[in-house]
Amino acid sequence: MVVSRTVSAPAPRTRRLRLRSVVLSSSLGLVLIGAVIASAVTGQLSISPLDVLGSILKWGGIPTTFAPVDPIIEATLQVVRFPRIVMALTVGAALAVAGAVMQAVFGNPLAEPGVVGVSSGAALGASTAIVFGVSAGGGGVALLAFLGALGATLLVYAVARAGGRTEVVTLLLTGIAINAFAQAGLAFVLFLADTASREQIVFWQLGSLAGSVWSEVLIVLPVLILGTILAILMAGKLDLLSLGERNARHLGVDVEQLRIVAIVLVALLTGVAVAFAGIIAFVGLVVPHIIRMALGPSHRGLLIASAVGGGALLVIADLLTRTLVSGADLPIGMLTALVGGPFFFGLIYQQRRRSGGWA
Amino acid sequence: MGNSTAVAELDSVGLVLDGRAILRNVSLQVFSGEVLAVVGPNGAGKSSILSVVAGDVPATSGTARLEGKDVGRYRPEEAARARSVLMQSNQVSFPFSVGEVVEMGRAPWARTPQFVDDNAAIAEALMQADVEALVDRRFNQLSGGERARVSLARVLAQRTPLVLLDEPTAALDLRHQEDVMVILRHLANQGRAVVVVLHDLSVAAGYADRVAMVVDGQIEAVGTAKEVIVAERVSRVYGVEVDIEQVGIPPRPVVLPRR
Repeated sequence: MVVSRTVSAPAPRTRRLRLRSVVLSSSLGLVLIGAVIASAVTGQLSISPLDVLGSILKWGGIPTTFAPVDPIIEATLQVVRFPRIVMALTVGAALAVAGAVMQAVFGNPLAEPGVVGVSSGAALGASTAIVFGVSAGGGGVALLAFLGALGATLLVYAVARAGGRTEVVTLLLTGIAINAFAQAGLAFVLFLADTASREQIVFWQLGSLAGSVWSEVLIVLPVLILGTILAILMAGKLDLLSLGERNARHLGVDVEQLRIVAIVLVALLTGVAVAFAGIIAFVGLVVPHIIRMALGPSHRGLLIASAVGGGALLVIADLLTRTLVSGADLPIGMLTALVGGPFFFGLIYQQRRRSGGWA
Repeated sequence: MGNSTAVAELDSVGLVLDGRAILRNVSLQVFSGEVLAVVGPNGAGKSSILSVVAGDVPATSGTARLEGKDVGRYRPEEAARARSVLMQSNQVSFPFSVGEVVEMGRAPWARTPQFVDDNAAIAEALMQADVEALVDRRFNQLSGGERARVSLARVLAQRTPLVLLDEPTAALDLRHQEDVMVILRHLANQGRAVVVVLHDLSVAAGYADRVAMVVDGQIEAVGTAKEVIVAERVSRVYGVEVDIEQVGIPPRPVVLPRR
């Protein structure tokens, strides 16, 4: 049986997967474009898709005959809707990528920034910045949100992992503890705050993309782009990490370094997302999970598709928050939790059944 | 063998973990072209010896060297091209397919000239470990024995001069146990150095060039199977009365507990 053999042609499976990923990416892309257009035309002032296209082209420096002439339409798109859409895209992508990276580091598909308390940590940091007026050159809220997220991630990491893996129960219990602590901290900060700050803090707890402006987008977007590129560069090592830490090391991964970079990355992505959009839970759980079912667990495709899928999901969710109840802007975090909660429950149930208990 | 340089070498290695002495004054050399079996009672420190050689845990005293260089001074990817390790339990966190898992064994060779061998190495490893039929299955859906063989295939695909295996036959039926030992024999014949931790003394005697018996964190004896596996020593070390018979051509010791 020990005979060497000639090189085989690439397995049909590989080709099938490649085809699948092309189909998935293009359909995700189409969904994304559709969602963006739907979101841009919908609102108190209804705007035609042609106006939207013209406005985008004009913004990109291409004058067309169908650019909106009405200054109100132009202003609504450029000042209100576009920044909000781009913010939704960016925050959704950041949360989905953060979720996928976190799951890889924890070796558990249930690890998610919202579930394990990283988002709460970020919200606590952000609200502390508001109440105590930490400005740090305008980036105080984002900075403290990042630090809060980092602290929470490190804490979960230190407590919940054993031998490179995280048991479901331990992970969830740690999440409960961290969420409880962060919520208590939030309550305390809320208690100290004046009325205006209180409103802002409540906004963090519920999550909302209302009132997004370009200056905020310009902070979140570069973090997302750099973070996603970094994550994609680590994709091969994240794959190896799923064999367990020791096996990954045996295959040449500098596990300590990878862990640190990945944790900072998760904290950074979650931190900026929470700083400007509040706690939007379950995006990082639902999106990578669905992509994994469609594409398989390999991290390169998973991360790219998660970024696109997360962006599309939040644009659609944001559109729903603006249209479900006429004249009202629902908190988006509430919406994602309404959908994500049952999904999460289903996942736990499934995982529990598969492993025949809390293994 | 005496004059060739050791692929791996432990030089008076001591290991203390949590204040407990796991290994004491262990000296051992592994040469290319040989299968070295490490045997001994449970908890004797067999796996710890592999961990020190692999560079997983630094020796508390003494030195561990790979190809003459201190293990601790290897960069992770450099070490991964020098030695491969098959651990006792192998889990995969996400639903990766068998093909993907075996392909991961090639990771250390990415961006090296040996990169071109990838497909051949994977195909050969799949065939040797008899897991070609499982390629499209998900690792997590396999039985314990199948997982063990797939993990072995991953290690084989890594194609390193030194191969370390911690009880590769534990979960396997008789046929696959024999298959695995034949593969290890073949690796050694190709010029690789193989260190394998085994429980079954007769299996060790049947395939290893040399056997090292570890007791209480110390090397009790090293040598050919015939020298090491003798009734008096086995009875004393394991606390069980045994008879030893020489079976086969050339004769190799087979351990029979007195019942």
